[in-house]
Amino acid sequence: MSTTPVPDLSGRRAPPLGGFNATALRLEVRRTLRNRRTVIITMIAPVFLFLILGLNTGDEHVVYGHGNYAAFVMVSLMLYGAVFATSNAGAAVSVERTQGWSRQLRLTPLSSGAYIGMKVVSALVLALGPVVILTVVGLATHRASMPGYLWIVSPLCVWVASPLFAVFGLFVGYLLPPENVIQLLGLILTLLAFAGGLFVPLSLLPGGVQAVAKWTPEFGLNQLVHAPLLGQGVDWTWIVNVIAWLAIFAGGAMWRFGKDTARV
Amino acid sequence: MASTGSTGNGQAVGATASLAVELRGVRKHFGHIEAVRGVDVSVAPGEIVAILGPNGAGKTTTIDMILGLSAPTAGQVSVFGMRPRNAIAHGLVSAVMQTGGLLKDLTVGETVQYTASLFAQSEPAGEVLARAGIAQIADRRVGKCSGGEQQRLRFAMALVSDPELLVLDEPTTGMDVEGRRSFWSAIRKDAAKGRTVLFATHYLEEADVYADRIILLRHGEKVADGTSSQIKAMAAGRTVRATLAGATEAGLRVIPGADSVEVRGDTVLIHSGDSDAVARYLLTQTDAKDLEIIARGIEDAFLALTGDDPGPGPASTGAS
Repeated sequence: MSTTPVPDLSGRRAPPLGGFNATALRLEVRRTLRNRRTVIITMIAPVFLFLILGLNTGDEHVVYGHGNYAAFVMVSLMLYGAVFATSNAGAAVSVERTQGWSRQLRLTPLSSGAYIGMKVVSALVLALGPVVILTVVGLATHRASMPGYLWIVSPLCVWVASPLFAVFGLFVGYLLPPENVIQLLGLILTLLAFAGGLFVPLSLLPGGVQAVAKWTPEFGLNQLVHAPLLGQGVDWTWIVNVIAWLAIFAGGAMWRFGKDTARV
Repeated sequence: MASTGSTGNGQAVGATASLAVELRGVRKHFGHIEAVRGVDVSVAPGEIVAILGPNGAGKTTTIDMILGLSAPTAGQVSVFGMRPRNAIAHGLVSAVMQTGGLLKDLTVGETVQYTASLFAQSEPAGEVLARAGIAQIADRRVGKCSGGEQQRLRFAMALVSDPELLVLDEPTTGMDVEGRRSFWSAIRKDAAKGRTVLFATHYLEEADVYADRIILLRHGEKVADGTSSQIKAMAAGRTVRATLAGATEAGLRVIPGADSVEVRGDTVLIHSGDSDAVARYLLTQTDAKDLEIIARGIEDAFLALTGDDPGPGPASTGAS
């Protein structure tokens, strides 16, 4: 239309940080916590397992590094709970996809990195539940024993390590429809927990299984979060394991975010 | 776009930026299916343009490429002289989709706040909610809103970033007549401030009444591009209606230029690509009275231009 002047676009900017911002982050966290059932299950499941595996063994006097067996099991189950929470928070993207929200977000300046960043932070909030409650239960039941500083350091290590599985959950959530995601995620997490040595020490598994298990994504994390308790240093292959899987999951999630534009 | 084949320097970008939307030789294949086959479209800032076509004409595919949701197999798409994704990142474009795009567990107000927060510049969420007429349900969960309320919410989300280009994909599907009218009056009021509006629709009347210009697609090709009266004229032919006692269809078919004829009592209807010749003949060679020349409606034009017959022509409008 000759009557309309060409609009002045000079004032139009792209948002900083690819659209990552406090308002959207607050709403993401609120959404995650609105899902009461997930919040409760992520807290109950590891506590329940700890009461079975950590307390009724008669092994609590066995020394594991700076602590005892119950402390070792407590840290394992903290990781299990945190991984369960973060991967569930990530996999919720599957529901967003079916509601067309992913496509809607593609019509905003939000970048895939900023989106994944917000998802990771809200997953971290959800993971606080199992980590804190298991620490409290561990203290209250008096079977787990380790030096005072480890009651801070070990839960913190678990919490800081858990985003790997938020990204894993996102990737799985992008690959699978929501009706399959919950069942499959439970199965995959159980297998990965066994392979990572969370439930049973890897040394009890056959040699062939052990060799494969060392390449699975929960193995490196499990070794790292137990390192402060065991006090035997850190093997660089654990770090490589975590970084490699983080790159795979994050790359996969970002790739799917960009592709996921299906109409619903 | 630096790769448009012209000079590729800053000057060229400035030149293309004078168009809100530009498609040049755009093709899109899905496997062996050619959804869009070489479409050229230019939309100037401030225009309201309808993309009209039957299902499978390539409307949605074209819109998806303008929105950067899919990439053309060949050709160039630019929005304000930028790649579509870049135009979106700069907050220049918003879209209202027909379905989906909403999270059921957020409230109406939260959804607009969330959307607003993703843009570098946005209008206050409360103001936009009020303008969309949904301020009173701001605390309601999206999953509990009616279809009409959800559509108003999508509209609010699209306007919160004050975009230069608003893309609407079948925006009023499922709305009642009153809803459609108030929706379009809001859009028109909004476009009066200079916003460019591009909408896909299969409601012919909507394109006819609300668009400055109509782009008609068929089988992935542009078959017409013009104002609705130009499109009606392109579909060729008008109807000449007259009162003529004792006329027979066989007798009328000899009139030069008559494509099809119809007799209803004393009223005769003659469809023709040359209505002047028919009128002249009727007035000079017969006793015809009360002569009227009627342009075809947009619906007939639409059928003529998008029907499966090989070309535009009056074949689809023969006497019934």
